[in-house]
Amino acid sequence: MSLAYYPGCTLKTKARNLEEPAVASMEVLGFKLEEIPRWNCCGAVYSLAEDDLIHQVAPVRNLIRAKEQGQDKLATLCAFCFNTLKRANLLMRENGEKRDTLNSFMDEEMDYGGEVKVVHLLEVLRDEIGWGALAQKVKLPLRELKVAPYYGCTLLRPREVAIDNVENPTILREFLEALGASPVDFPESTRCCGSYQIISNPDDISEYARDIFNSALSHGAEALVLTCPLCDYNLGQGQKELMKKHNEFKEMSLFYFTQLLALALGLDPQVCHFELNYGSPGSLLREKGLLS
Amino acid sequence: MSVTISPKRLRREFVRKVKELSGQNLQLCYQCGMCSGNCPATSNMDLSPRQIIELARLGLEEEIANSKTVWICASCLACTVNCPRGFDLSKMMEAIRLLTLRKNIDYIRPEDISPQERCELPQIAMVSGLRKFTG
Repeated sequence: MSLAYYPGCTLKTKARNLEEPAVASMEVLGFKLEEIPRWNCCGAVYSLAEDDLIHQVAPVRNLIRAKEQGQDKLATLCAFCFNTLKRANLLMRENGEKRDTLNSFMDEEMDYGGEVKVVHLLEVLRDEIGWGALAQKVKLPLRELKVAPYYGCTLLRPREVAIDNVENPTILREFLEALGASPVDFPESTRCCGSYQIISNPDDISEYARDIFNSALSHGAEALVLTCPLCDYNLGQGQKELMKKHNEFKEMSLFYFTQLLALALGLDPQVCHFELNYGSPGSLLREKGLLS
Repeated sequence: MSVTISPKRLRREFVRKVKELSGQNLQLCYQCGMCSGNCPATSNMDLSPRQIIELARLGLEEEIANSKTVWICASCLACTVNCPRGFDLSKMMEAIRLLTLRKNIDYIRPEDISPQERCELPQIAMVSGLRKFTG
């Protein structure tokens, strides 16, 4: 089955370890991720100002690309892109005045009214494949791998785009259970990593990372599972800073959820690009007998 | 904090612009502090998110301009989803930032980002950061 797919800029460069295992895994699960043609940067953040319509043009153009292909659904992997595209889509669906303005500004494009449904790959796994069916496809159960789900912000906030319960999400826990891993709940799982503050306040970022790692560690986690390339960068860089400053700080591995998916499905670990990860994922996986 | 309030210091035009840009009814807030309690960055702010709302609706533009709070906000929306009054503080923070950025006053200088950081930062960090901190 073919599924229209929007990768976004970061997945093609810094986060190949998020994208490549996803594409390979979905093929095993019967879905071909078809990149939409001529996609452009989504703008990374949704425009929050009432009068700022120009920044809606970029995400809406991507939605139009999907509609042109006759697709009624657009799958995303990057949590930032998911949020920006889904919010822009809601704007086009619900605000008639702004929809008309944007459509007439883009008069070279077909009219768009929010017809395409924006979904995150985790929703496809949960709602279209199902945890039971996924569990049946697992060839290498991730037994005894104690992983804490870290959601960050953009898959859950604001409420109207959330892929799960805003206060108490379980989608990543259920995903990890289907793969045979041991999920570790911890209270900081939906706390912001600091996001774009990395370019203006990097010291604050390492403070946020400290709180997140300490909380996960005290609840028994050996690794964090992530969905967002900026969470990965901030937590990874934050961890490096913490290790420089504090000898006692224990390094924790960071995984993208798609890497654990590919590993559990028995795919060649090379597709996971663990060499791009922060921490020492290889040694943790070898210790658990999950990697040779 | 103590603030001296006099008719001369209240900037009605500022309040009007914040309302217009954010699309938010600033009077919805009843100062319960859920926003500050849920904000992961409050400890790094000189004024709490709750205080910013109060100052903004009074029109105390100068106090807000002297504070770094709106620039510490990462638009994580923890305030937005937890507000019992349905007030979207992330939009008010954005409106206040834009009132500065649209005067061509940038919060960061892109040239200060080192070449090494430019290579290492994921694109979503660069694009979002430059959109939030430059006009």
